[in-house]
Amino acid sequence: MPPSISLADTPPPAAPESRATRSAPGRNGRQRFTVLPGFGLSLGFTIFYLTLIVLIPLSAVFLKTFTMTWDGFWTTVTAPRVVASYQLSFGASLIAAIINTVFGLAVAWVLVRYRFPGKRLIDALVDLPFALPTAVAGIALTALFAGNGWIGCYLEPLGIKVAFSPLGVVVALTFIGLPFVVRTVQPVLEDVEQELEEAAASLGATRLQTFGRVILPAILPALLTGFALSFARATGEYGSVVFISGNMPMVSEIAPLMIYSKLEQYDYAGATAVAVVMLVISFALLLLINLLQAWTRRHQSGARDALALEAPATSKEH
Amino acid sequence: MAGAVSGRLGRQGTAHHKFDATGEAPWVRYTLITVAVLFLTLFLFVPLASVFYEALRKGVQTYWEALVEPDAWSAIQLTLTVAAIAVPLNLVFGVAAAWAIAKFEFPGKNLLITLIDLPFSVSPVISGLVYVLLFGAQGWFGPWLETHDIKIMFAVPGIVLATIFVTFPFVARELIPLMQAQGSEEEEAAIVLGASGWQTFWHITLPNIRWGLLYGVILCNARAMGEFGAVSVVSGHIRGLTNTMPLHVEILYNEYNFAAAFAVASLLTLLALVTLGIKTLVELRARKENEDAAGEAPLAALQGQAS
Repeated sequence: MPPSISLADTPPPAAPESRATRSAPGRNGRQRFTVLPGFGLSLGFTIFYLTLIVLIPLSAVFLKTFTMTWDGFWTTVTAPRVVASYQLSFGASLIAAIINTVFGLAVAWVLVRYRFPGKRLIDALVDLPFALPTAVAGIALTALFAGNGWIGCYLEPLGIKVAFSPLGVVVALTFIGLPFVVRTVQPVLEDVEQELEEAAASLGATRLQTFGRVILPAILPALLTGFALSFARATGEYGSVVFISGNMPMVSEIAPLMIYSKLEQYDYAGATAVAVVMLVISFALLLLINLLQAWTRRHQSGARDALALEAPATSKEH
Repeated sequence: MAGAVSGRLGRQGTAHHKFDATGEAPWVRYTLITVAVLFLTLFLFVPLASVFYEALRKGVQTYWEALVEPDAWSAIQLTLTVAAIAVPLNLVFGVAAAWAIAKFEFPGKNLLITLIDLPFSVSPVISGLVYVLLFGAQGWFGPWLETHDIKIMFAVPGIVLATIFVTFPFVARELIPLMQAQGSEEEEAAIVLGASGWQTFWHITLPNIRWGLLYGVILCNARAMGEFGAVSVVSGHIRGLTNTMPLHVEILYNEYNFAAAFAVASLLTLLALVTLGIKTLVELRARKENEDAAGEAPLAALQGQAS
C-alpha cells in the first residue's frame, strides 16, 4: 500500500489522485514556465475584490480604534459588563469545544469503523449545523430547552435551567461546532493503517493500548484542529445564542451581543473597541489553526482541506 | 508473551467481526454507537424535528397563512434577491482566485490563501460592524453618501454587502484544493494545440471542476440565505423592506408568534436539508467518477483495493 497517497485527502469531488502526483513537481517547483494565460487577469481581479470586500472594511475597524484614546479604549474593554461577556464567550466556547471533541471523536469513530442501521443518514446529517441558519437553530433549541419544551420539561424539575442561562449558551455553541471535529477526524481515521493495529495486537497490546499508542497519536493533530475550529467558530457565534441565552447583563451576555448593543446605542467607538479585542483573538486562533494544520499534514498526508471552515471536505474513500 | 498472544488469537478466532485483531469487544462497540447516536439525537435530530413540529402545531392553515402573509413574502423575496446578487459575485471571484492560485506560482501565495479565509474567522456581528463603520451616518463615506442621497446602511445594498463578506470564501475554498490536485496538464495541452484561454477554460477546466463548483455554490447559497448576525447589524429591521427571512423569524419570535416564526424557519430548514441532499449527491457523483478514472490510474486503483 502506498503510504503517502490516499484519496481521503482529496477535496470533496475528488480528483483522481494520480493526476495530483503527476503535477506535483510543477506545484513544488518555484517559478515554473507555463503556457497558461490569464495570470494577470485572475490574480488582479482576486486581489482587487479581496481588497474591496474584505481588507478595506476590516482595516476600518482598526483605524477606528486609532481615533480613540488609549484610556478610552482600555476603559471600554475592561468595563465589568464587557469582561463578563468575554468570559462567557470564551468559557462557554471552550466547554462546547471540549464536548464536541469527546463526542465528535466518538461519532467519527463509529462512522468510520462500524456498520449500523441509519449510518448513511447520520453521516449526511452531521453537517446540518453548517447548512441550518443560526437563527433557526437558536429558536429550535430555545423551544426544546425552555421550561415547557420537549427536553426542558424533564430538566427543569431537576433544577437544571438550560434556556435563558449560561448553560443554554453552551448548548447552542455545542450545536454550532458539532461537525468540525467529526469532519476533521473522519478522513484521518480512515487513513490509519489497519496493519499497524494488527501489528500492535500481534505484539500483545490490548485494544486500549493500541488506541492510546497507535491510533490516538495518528489522529491527535486532526483532533486538535477540529477542537480549535470548533472553538474559533463558537467565540464569534451570535444568531443561535441570542435566542437561548436570555441576554441578562453580567450573566448571559456574549461578546458579539455587546458589540451589537453598543451599535444600537450608536456607540460606534465602544463597539469597535470590543470588536478589535475579539478580532485579535480570532486572528491568533487562525494562526494556531494554520500551525496545527501544517502539523497534521506532516503527520498524515491527509486533511489538506480541513481548513475549509464551514465546509470541511467530506470526501471518503470506499 | 507467546502464551498471551496465542490466547488472544484463540479467543478472537471465534469472533465474527471482520477485523479480528483490530476490532473492539461487542459491548464497547454497542456502547460507542449508542453514545454517538444519543448525542446526535439530542443535538441534531430532536432540534430538526422540533422545527417542523412547532411550525405545524397550530395546523396547516396557520402554517400557510404565515408564509403568504405580505411581510413574510417580501422577506422571502429579499432573501432570494440578496442571494442572487451575492452568490454569482463570489462564484466569479472563487473561480478567478482558484485559477490564479492553482495554476501559477507567485510569491505571497500562502498569505493570499489565508486572507481569503479571513471572513470565516470573523464574528458575523463584526462583519456587519465593518460596513456600519464605512457607510453608517458617522462612517468614512457616510456624509458623502448622505449628500448624494445614496442609502447603503439600513437598506438593501448594505444587506448585500454584508452577505457577500460573510460568504466570500466558500467557492474559492472549495475550488483551490480541487484545482491544485488536478494540476494543469490538460489545460496546457489545449493551449499548445491552439485553443484560446477562454476555450480552454470552458471546455477543459469547467467540466473538470463542475462538482466542486456546484458544492461550493450551494454552500455559499445556504449561508447567504441564512445569514443572521451580519445582516441583522446592517438591516435596520424595517418590516416589508429590509427584513430577510432569518430576520423575519426573529421578529415573529420576539412577538411570541411562535407558529409563524417556526413556519418561516421551516422553509429555511428545508433549504438546509436540500443543501445537504445535493452535497451527498455531489459526493456520490465525484466518488463514482473517481472510480471510473481509477481504471486508467493504477495508483488510484491500488488505493481502491486497499480501502
